Amino acid sequence: MNKKWISAPYLVWMVIFIVVPLFLVGFYGITVRTDTGFVFSLEPLQRCFEPTYLKVLGRSVLLAAISTVICLILGYPIAMILTSKDFSDKNIYLMLFVIPMWMNFLLRTYAWLTLLEKNGLINVLLQKIGLNPIHILYTNQAVVLGMVYNFLPFMVLPIYSVLKKLDSSLIEAAQDLGANGFQTFIKVIFPLSIPGVVSGITMVFMPAVTTFVISRLLGGGHYYLIGNLIEEQFLSVGNWHFGSALSIFLMIIILISIFITSHYETDKEGSVGLW
Amino acid sequence: MSKHIIELKNIDKVYDGNPVLKNMNLYIRKNEFLTLLGPSGCGKTTTLRIIGGFETPDKGDVLFEGKKINTLPPYKRKVNTVFQKYALFPHLTVAENVAFGLKIKKMDKHTMEEKVKTMLHLVNLSGFENRSITSLSGGQQQRVAIARALVNEPEVLLLDEPLGALDLKLRKEMQIELKNMQQRLGITFIFVTHDQEEALTMSDTIVVMNEGVIQQVGSPIDIYNEPENRFVAKFIGESNIVDGIMLDDYLVDFAGYHFPCVDKGFGQNQPVDVVIRPEDVKIVTPAEGMIQGEVKSVIFKGVHYEMQVTSGDFTWMVHSTLMEAEGTQVGIQIGPNDIHIMKKEAEA
Amino acid sequence: MVNRIMQRIYLCLIFLFLYAPIVILIVFSFNDSKSRAKWNGFTLRWYKEMIQDPQIRSALYYTLAIAIIAALIATIIGTFAAIGIHNMKRWKRNIIMNLTYLPVLNPDIVTGISLMILFIFISSRFSILSPGFGTMLLAHITFNIPYVILSVLPKLKQLDKNLYEAALDLGATPWYAFFQVILPQIAPGIVTGALLAFTLSLDDFVISFFTTGAGVSNLSILIYSMARRGVNPKINALSTVLFITVLFLLLLINARSSKDRVRKEHA
Repeated sequence: MNKKWISAPYLVWMVIFIVVPLFLVGFYGITVRTDTGFVFSLEPLQRCFEPTYLKVLGRSVLLAAISTVICLILGYPIAMILTSKDFSDKNIYLMLFVIPMWMNFLLRTYAWLTLLEKNGLINVLLQKIGLNPIHILYTNQAVVLGMVYNFLPFMVLPIYSVLKKLDSSLIEAAQDLGANGFQTFIKVIFPLSIPGVVSGITMVFMPAVTTFVISRLLGGGHYYLIGNLIEEQFLSVGNWHFGSALSIFLMIIILISIFITSHYETDKEGSVGLW
Repeated sequence: MSKHIIELKNIDKVYDGNPVLKNMNLYIRKNEFLTLLGPSGCGKTTTLRIIGGFETPDKGDVLFEGKKINTLPPYKRKVNTVFQKYALFPHLTVAENVAFGLKIKKMDKHTMEEKVKTMLHLVNLSGFENRSITSLSGGQQQRVAIARALVNEPEVLLLDEPLGALDLKLRKEMQIELKNMQQRLGITFIFVTHDQEEALTMSDTIVVMNEGVIQQVGSPIDIYNEPENRFVAKFIGESNIVDGIMLDDYLVDFAGYHFPCVDKGFGQNQPVDVVIRPEDVKIVTPAEGMIQGEVKSVIFKGVHYEMQVTSGDFTWMVHSTLMEAEGTQVGIQIGPNDIHIMKKEAEA
Repeated sequence: MVNRIMQRIYLCLIFLFLYAPIVILIVFSFNDSKSRAKWNGFTLRWYKEMIQDPQIRSALYYTLAIAIIAALIATIIGTFAAIGIHNMKRWKRNIIMNLTYLPVLNPDIVTGISLMILFIFISSRFSILSPGFGTMLLAHITFNIPYVILSVLPKLKQLDKNLYEAALDLGATPWYAFFQVILPQIAPGIVTGALLAFTLSLDDFVISFFTTGAGVSNLSILIYSMARRGVNPKINALSTVLFITVLFLLLLINARSSKDRVRKEHA
């Protein structure tokens, strides 16, 4: 039986709802509307480079990058601890990392909103033990905190899965050849875990750089990220052309990160081939 | 008895630009045990799949009892298959697997249960009805696969290297069991293997294939004793293959000696390949020998010793129950019946 | 030894960081006061108010309706698509798999606005598909299908290629073979895919936000608009219910896949 045709409905579906819409975004991104209709123009794309918007773009990348680095610093040790032999019940711990990931994103962010607000629990507790209240809600710090909180598991899991597959005899071999714990880590474990680190970085960086919810809820109205800018163009300003141009930019950023990841993945295969 | 149940006529089959079968012609007699033998990639499995209906030939015809069945789907053929890795349905029990084909035929429940029971008894799996497939050993799974195919009472049973996954001891047992089953049931078996010993043990007819071309068809004894070419001689058992010249009928020259032999009809002074099985080379004293040589190595192989005897620039492989020490000068005798002459191939 | 204790402490701190906000959120949903900092006694008041809130009720209805319908349709389309893709030639399969990964990798916001453009574009010209329930449903089906495909494909790969042939060999027609042999084998993947699709649908905010129309909100959209107006204990109650639901679904999926793993290990 020729079973190929049964994927036809899917193909039609994907063309209508994925390919065509993306073409429409591309179309709006390189046109402007005049009295005579749509005209080709680079104006929307050029507008992305205006200082105001470049600043937003820069802030998005910067905050996402800071969050990614913090996730890496916090997450790598977690992954290592979870793969260490001492944990017989590591499946439960792993599960504990997955559960918050599946909780509604908005609720996770909202939870911090209630904790961080002026009369929130954190400040009440701080005052109880005689410390000054902190006012980080509606600042960059709160946005970074929200990103780290939301995306930390995305960093831990890929590193964990690479470390888990690491042949333990490699570590033993390194020790056998005289490497101490730190040298073993620097020379053997970390280089071999790079594919996991890279995919962790992309998995944190991508949602962080595209978010508009975290910045809207925790960053208040003042701290715009590129996501907020896009949302605003479509929902309140109504400039689809500029919004589309910004979306194209966002996709380019994502494409670059995916490209880097896939590069590292093939790199990994290449080094395996060398053995 | 000599009725042809299946005929393959001028079959060509190409996969992704690579020809796997080249103008293949073969007929299979009713009730015979026929083995397709050859190295992997020789086209034997493709042949089986064409008979089973899983592939259609690019060219040529498949005839079943004289009727063309080229494009008849598998479920309409009176042929059943035992797959290489058994392909048992893991979500069904042993009995449900065996009953699968009967259920499709909408057989009444009672008859079906009877048949399944009889068949499981035949393959020594009585009492395994409700076991799950995954709980069975390889040998047991193998027998379920055979029962599942045979219960449909096919006219032809196709077996695609069904013993490949079993360990040596079990494989030997199953070889005998399969052969017995075939004789008792009187069904045509078409068996695919790359194991020449297995083929020699079980078959009525062996079809030796290489690179999509049939090399020789014959009984195990014919194939072993009278290989038609170098490939068959090399593939079936171990052998010494020497260049020789057929001087005249019943006389061949090789290794610097004129040997009397039993072959004729090659013409005079024709270059030929001479095949001598290692167990047919007799070691005698140098004086008695037709040719002389020196024992270079001796390996004990259990029943016999395997010796390499160098004579001139040719090294003979000799199997003998008597051992000669390394370095001994010996003579070699070869009887006329043990010399097999093959036409030289126009080989590359 | 010291090392091990350090490790435990570190993990505990991380889990505290991850779970404290959720736990506090849940605890304060039972607090008999609007305050999020002081405990004023246990109450189910917010749950009662939540249930009675017409906005929340309609959002719940839309969320469930869309999640169920979208999961169902996506599962059917996705399963057939997976079978088709599995049987394709390599280069064709690669192209289609790249297309399949597109909505998975593309930022949600881009998928959301691109669909919004499409829907408004169509509705302004053909007066169909005006933003609302229908468009949100179409969007959900769209982002669900790839996950179904990605759940079913591995099962198809595990499938012994000869099983289908064995069924035909024993006299089964292609459709009989599909329903009696292939389907039971890949069913775990299909169910996992359906549950995944349902959960994703239940959870989605960004794409829903851009593809819905006036008057149609799912719970995520409602939470967003309520949260923007400030903190409200009703959201805590709603969060708790949602969290427990998702947790339950996740455990279900996990139990299925670990059962699967056990079965494989025994094989």
